[in-house]
Amino acid sequence: MKVLDQATVTFWSRSANESFARMAAACFAARLDPTLDELNDIKTAVSEAVTNAIVHAYPDALGKVIMRLRLLEGDVVEVLVRDTGVGIADVEKARTPMFTTGNEERSGMGFTIMESFMDSVRVRSAPGKGTAVTMRRRVSSRRDRRR
Amino acid sequence: MPVKTECRERAMRAYLSGEVDHHGAREIMGVLDREIGQALPGSLELDLSGVSFMDSSGIAVVIRAWRRMGELGGTMRLRSVPHQARRVLETAGIHKLMPLE
Repeated sequence: MKVLDQATVTFWSRSANESFARMAAACFAARLDPTLDELNDIKTAVSEAVTNAIVHAYPDALGKVIMRLRLLEGDVVEVLVRDTGVGIADVEKARTPMFTTGNEERSGMGFTIMESFMDSVRVRSAPGKGTAVTMRRRVSSRRDRRR
Repeated sequence: MPVKTECRERAMRAYLSGEVDHHGAREIMGVLDREIGQALPGSLELDLSGVSFMDSSGIAVVIRAWRRMGELGGTMRLRSVPHQARRVLETAGIHKLMPLE
């Protein structure tokens, strides 16, 4: 799919940046005039992907999290969340509902929510190198909604 | 304060507000743990009307409180759940564990 526009933000793996990342993604997607539900779905999925990077990628240190936002042809928003942290040894297992290596504060539902709220979720990871999560969501255009 | 609680005759009501994400969940859990531990309520009603955003961290908050109430032999329900939070909680099947209004 043709890339129409792109914006990238890089931030440290501090939990306060979870809301920053959600807002940045929502602002970027807003030009497509999404419904409130669509915007909330994107914000929720971004929150999960970014929280995963913040909680799991850099367990004992601060690291960089990169979020690349793209507008693709056909009213599709693509969000890539990438880190250069510890990586995931078994991606399939990590995507299983209720599975978590986190403490009691985590529910293990992050990937399930990303998959439910976005049209597609692709995860690439290599132990010691990092993880990249790419999610896409088509937004109903204003024209479609008027019909 | 993201959590306010009131307790009358062992019926506790807790009001959550603001964004319930990983950043805020720890404090919310801490307050709920402490308040439940002190009051030992027979029922807990978690009012989410003031929640502007919730992600899977909110699921962990709800499940933790539900487990705690289970240990006490009490009941728990969720009320005034905003649409976005409802979508997140239902994805996790929370509505199968407790009433969600």
